[in-house]
Amino acid sequence: MARKLNLRIWRGDSTNGGLQDVVVEANEGEVVLDVIHRVQATQMGDLAVRWNCKAGKCGSCSMEINGKPRLACMTQVSAYGDEETITVTPLRAFPVIKDLVTDVSFNYKKAMEIPAYAPPAHLKPGEARMEQVDVERSQEFRKCIECFLCQNTCHVIRDHEENKKSFAGPRFFIRIAELDMHPLDILKNRKKTAQEEHGLGMCNITKCCTEVCPEHIRITDNAIIPMKERVVDEKYDPIRWLGSKIRKREGIV
Amino acid sequence: MSGVFSPTRAKIKERTLRTDKYWVQPAITFGVLFSFIIYATFRAFENKYYFAEPLISPFYSPCLSNSCIEGTSLLGQPFNNKYFGIGISPSLFILIFPLGFRMTCYYYRKAYYRAFWMSPPACAVAEPHEKYTGETKAPLILQNGHRWFFYAGLVFNVLLTIDAFLAFKNTEGQWGHMSVGTLVLLNNATLLWLYSMSCHTCRHTLGGRLKHFSKHPVRYKAWTIASKLNHQHQLFAWISLFGVAFADIYVRAVASGAWTNFYFF
Repeated sequence: MARKLNLRIWRGDSTNGGLQDVVVEANEGEVVLDVIHRVQATQMGDLAVRWNCKAGKCGSCSMEINGKPRLACMTQVSAYGDEETITVTPLRAFPVIKDLVTDVSFNYKKAMEIPAYAPPAHLKPGEARMEQVDVERSQEFRKCIECFLCQNTCHVIRDHEENKKSFAGPRFFIRIAELDMHPLDILKNRKKTAQEEHGLGMCNITKCCTEVCPEHIRITDNAIIPMKERVVDEKYDPIRWLGSKIRKREGIV
Repeated sequence: MSGVFSPTRAKIKERTLRTDKYWVQPAITFGVLFSFIIYATFRAFENKYYFAEPLISPFYSPCLSNSCIEGTSLLGQPFNNKYFGIGISPSLFILIFPLGFRMTCYYYRKAYYRAFWMSPPACAVAEPHEKYTGETKAPLILQNGHRWFFYAGLVFNVLLTIDAFLAFKNTEGQWGHMSVGTLVLLNNATLLWLYSMSCHTCRHTLGGRLKHFSKHPVRYKAWTIASKLNHQHQLFAWISLFGVAFADIYVRAVASGAWTNFYFF
């Protein structure tokens, strides 16, 4: 059954902007992206919104709904009360371009700073063989749809613009963890660079990245903390360091 | 102007637009942890009512000072009760280890960074601090010492488990008896083991640091079990904290004569 929905949409660009109230019809089963499209079609023809799949798989329609980072296509209107006003704003950790669209190029720059998968030199394409048990940890991280909600909610950069230079963010910590746990990746300095170049030590484990992940990746428990422990193995554990020297082990086995 | 008020970001004057009661959880966390800190500090300095044969408070076990009551010093009495003329409660020689374990715990870090330091108070709620360097500088870089406190915590778990088994004695020191106090100490030891075994460092030590699980099937199995427990680490962190506090409250009440330790047999 259709109902009238009170919506507040942030409109503007990097120089100015504000919240504008609008009343729009919402039908049963619709998501916030549906009503934004209806507003765009009927009342605000020039409203800018980024979207693509409408199925929670492309990560395009990331925005903040009542202050919470969410995918608009996965947020049911019925989750909000009949009298409740739904406030929709762009992601607040990134520069705004127009209305609900932000410039997320920060993330692509960070992605380029992470060395790619490095298989052993003798392996030719098609020759790689791995056991399922060895790759399943990394497979969780491959579910990432790059919506950047975790990056947006991480207070290290959300609340401190100056940290963007030295902090890669949770999305890229799961990328580093994925590669460091990969059974055939031979790059040995991922732990060191995670700590010294990508700012792993700046994370204080407040788990907001995990809370907002639409793919329910346990970012903190399964990627960031294990990486922090691996860094401790190398940098803050003299017994393991000594053991590796005596037994001539090459780090993680 | 930094953070969400940076010049290039959407011009929104509110620190957050969240409409839910996001402050409730950190407020409860603050209240409970602060209450525990006050109580633990009081008990650490009280230096009495920590032993009621055969029950010993977890705040004073092992009792390592030469002022300790007979029967409480499982590891001897290597410390004096005074240094430089200042009396020191035996609790102070040991509490740094369980305290350090909880202070550096990955779950408690989340809890107190949010509740006490508001860094951040809740997700997508702007924090009040001008600068942030995380755990890269002193003193927070010491959080990387969590595994040392984990190892120390295991020693304490063993000692508190022994205390629980010793509670199968009666007040005359005869075996084969069980009281409410026995259950209280057993409960405390069990919860502490669950808290330790679900710890992220435990999970890493058992197998998380491996690159090839297939070459280490036993460690992989151990890691799998630790991973399942790890899902409940937050729960175990809280209930083990309550377990320790209740064990101490119970022993104190029995030792002071306020409560009678009921024996089942």
